[in-house]
Amino acid sequence: MVAIKDLPVEELYLPGHRLCPGCGPSIAIRMMMKAAEKNTIVTTATGCMEVGTTLYPYTSWLVPWVHTAFENTAATASGIEAAYKAMGRRSSEQRKINIIALGGDGGTFDIGIQALSGALERGHDFLYLCYDNEAYMNTGIQRSGATPHGASTTTSWGGKKIPGKPEWKKDLIGISIAHGIEFAATASIAYWNDFITKVKKALDVNGPAVIHILAPCPRGWRYEDKDTLKIARLATQTRYFPIYEFNNGKYTLNIKVPNPLPVEEFLKAQGRFKHLFKPEYSNEIQEIQEFVNKNWDRLEKLTTL
Amino acid sequence: MMSKFPTYKEVPIAGNIYDPGKLVYKTGDWRTFKPVIDHEKCIKCYICWLYCPEPSIDRTKDGGVEINYEQCKGCGICAAECPVKCIEMVKG
Ligand code: SF4
Ligand code: SF4
Repeated sequence: MVAIKDLPVEELYLPGHRLCPGCGPSIAIRMMMKAAEKNTIVTTATGCMEVGTTLYPYTSWLVPWVHTAFENTAATASGIEAAYKAMGRRSSEQRKINIIALGGDGGTFDIGIQALSGALERGHDFLYLCYDNEAYMNTGIQRSGATPHGASTTTSWGGKKIPGKPEWKKDLIGISIAHGIEFAATASIAYWNDFITKVKKALDVNGPAVIHILAPCPRGWRYEDKDTLKIARLATQTRYFPIYEFNNGKYTLNIKVPNPLPVEEFLKAQGRFKHLFKPEYSNEIQEIQEFVNKNWDRLEKLTTL
Repeated sequence: MMSKFPTYKEVPIAGNIYDPGKLVYKTGDWRTFKPVIDHEKCIKCYICWLYCPEPSIDRTKDGGVEINYEQCKGCGICAAECPVKCIEMVKG
């Protein structure tokens, strides 16, 4: 746990970036830098955070930062870590640095998953942070492996033929844990304390760690800019996005939701689910609710292991 | 904005930036509504400061908060999240 007053006032992530007003991922990344502080190297896959924060000759980053292609941010982080290890062997000075690989949901769930899997398997000492805004937003809202069932995107249009994206979201944390890593967790920008604590924990792990943070996007999810945190809270309070961690074999649900709101409350606040409220798709909301219930039960069982 | 564009010979290899933070692009003119803080009512909890996506809320020497209008894009998150509702969004 951290107190807001103990967070560094100094900014390592600067304004002037061209991210949309009310950007959820931007909030996530700024909090990440408050947790990681100065001795950090960040590498970022192509995506909103990369195109928005580093338009030459401007940059928002006051720490060393490397842009990589969509697919290989985890590979770049592996290389940075290996280089530091080699340099450490050659000099007497040993420095502890944080290495963070940053990718959006497209760069993580789809395009970057091979590099991520390789880096986790090789056991590099780094944090992989996936900021999930549930579609390829920077190229104009195309569906990704992280887009939820029923969401309308430009490539899964909720109309007469399909009720938005027909498939369900991938389980990134499940995939990560299956590599036998020590620490993996979900987080949300609405629960800053939990998130910042997790970043600190993940950086302390000797080996790879993965954090998957839900970061709403006003453009792609279609809600008013000011509601980013409200939507993020609803995602967790409806149990749609459970916040849990896996630490050394033990699962913990960090945000308990004893009285969940119906998932409808989360869906109806966003334009991307608007079509689900038409009579022809009346069964969809029920299906999503069942999925949410099942997933929560599964996680609750895991916490008793 | 830069006064002149450098030639290709002056651009560092791979577009490296050696003095980050020197150039800051102004985003304040994106705004339609601007947040105005009622400092009498502010309890200095820093929630707005932590949630501003830019960031364009500065911490002041006296322990309070101040909006940086050169950068604020007017998203309204600070006004929505302030627990005592002492930030108002006004036109301009
Ligand atoms: S309106 Fe948005 S950009 Fe402006 S200070 Fe508030 S949170 Fe920051
Ligand atoms: S959120 Fe409101 S009360 Fe808290 S520091 Fe900001 S203006 Fe003051």
